[in-house]
Amino acid sequence: MIKVTNLKKSFGDLEVLKDINVQINKNEVVVVIGPSGSGKSTLLRCLNKLEETTSGTILLNNIDLTNKKVNINKVREDIGMIFQQFNLFPHKTVLENIIIAPMKIRKKSRKDAENAAYILLDKLGLVDKATAYPDSLSGGQKQRIAIARALAMEPKVMLFDEPTSALDPEMVGEVLNVMKQLAHGGMTMVVVTHEMGFAREVGDRVIFMDEGYVIEEADPKQLFSNPQHERTKAFLSKVL
Amino acid sequence: MNFIESIVSIIQKHGTAFLEATTITVSITAISLIIATVIGLVFAFFKVSNIWILAKLADIYIFIVRGLPLIVLIMFLYYGISSVIVLSDFIAGAVALGIHSGAYLAEIFRGAIQSVDRGQNEAARSLGMTAPLTMSTIILPQAFKRAIPALGNQFIIGLKDSSLVAYIAVTELFSHALTASAENYMPFETYLVVGFYYLGLVLIFTLLLNYVEKRLNTENLYMKKLKKKTHSL
Repeated sequence: MIKVTNLKKSFGDLEVLKDINVQINKNEVVVVIGPSGSGKSTLLRCLNKLEETTSGTILLNNIDLTNKKVNINKVREDIGMIFQQFNLFPHKTVLENIIIAPMKIRKKSRKDAENAAYILLDKLGLVDKATAYPDSLSGGQKQRIAIARALAMEPKVMLFDEPTSALDPEMVGEVLNVMKQLAHGGMTMVVVTHEMGFAREVGDRVIFMDEGYVIEEADPKQLFSNPQHERTKAFLSKVL
Repeated sequence: MNFIESIVSIIQKHGTAFLEATTITVSITAISLIIATVIGLVFAFFKVSNIWILAKLADIYIFIVRGLPLIVLIMFLYYGISSVIVLSDFIAGAVALGIHSGAYLAEIFRGAIQSVDRGQNEAARSLGMTAPLTMSTIILPQAFKRAIPALGNQFIIGLKDSSLVAYIAVTELFSHALTASAENYMPFETYLVVGFYYLGLVLIFTLLLNYVEKRLNTENLYMKKLKKKTHSL
């Protein structure tokens, strides 16, 4: 579904991604782990072109996103993205946050968009928050609303950029649970996270990155119990 | 005639004319601020755009307009423009005031737009929204709310600055004061009365502004929606 080939990305003189080759298949949950500064978030952000790439290609269903002629807005409609800081729209209610993109971009009627939004909110147990503003929600609720907002566009892939890193510990679980449900529902997901438990339990494949390279990728059981590379071992010994 | 009597006589003689002149002050201010808002937004967009030439253009505009005394700008535009196209004094004055305030508003809008968290833009773009749609539905509403105190300031300055168009024969409040004091030889009392007219205008405007700011507070918006809901139940 996504095929990244020879991807490089520099910020000025600093090369943060050095020759990345990764493939993500349909219905697969790929978890990206690695120390901070390893380039994992940058890689994720390149996948929907929130970062311009320096060289290499990113194929999404055989469309090359690095081609300047590709209408990136159209492509992004099918890629949901979840941010560490939630990034809900604070001047809009929960319901408005969820329906704005389906209405403005998918041209759904307000009624259809609201019905779909309520179904999502119901699944998340947040129907009573529909008319609330984001400021009045807890971090866990905000992140679950952000997931609902992305899902309302019915994306084909979901990207998660450290979705639980800004949460209080007691709220991490509720967000991970939603992500697990999504994974079990067959959503194609790329997750950058420090939650090793989630990687092990839900991930179909784990990619370990360090200093701009993919060092190792494997089935989670194998990678966590029997890492091949020295750097992977060193990293895992610190976080596990 | 003592002080109080002088004041009373001025109000009796000129009160209505001052009030009529006030409507001209208000309308020239309103029109100039609409022009200024449009100019301000356009140049703010230029400045936050990644297009070098547009950003430079905005810089030059702001430099020139901010660097000139308003009265020079008014005279320049009045005599300059009217040698090419004939404009009424009122329109020429409104345009001059608008161009002036526009430069300040451009900086206010630019600052407010840039103060909105980058994540807001990223979240909107990641949903597939185009840049213009993101600007109009996500960034500007938040920027506008933050800009309100500074905008209010600039609007009040604009209201007071409108007195300068008296010098191009617009018969607004200050020009009436000029004429009246020349007739009655009571400049101190006359300007005192006119001063209160301006204070009254600014007071009304300030109250209006506070109301708008309160309304845009999300907490109040929420309470209002709740109320509406309980009503309909």
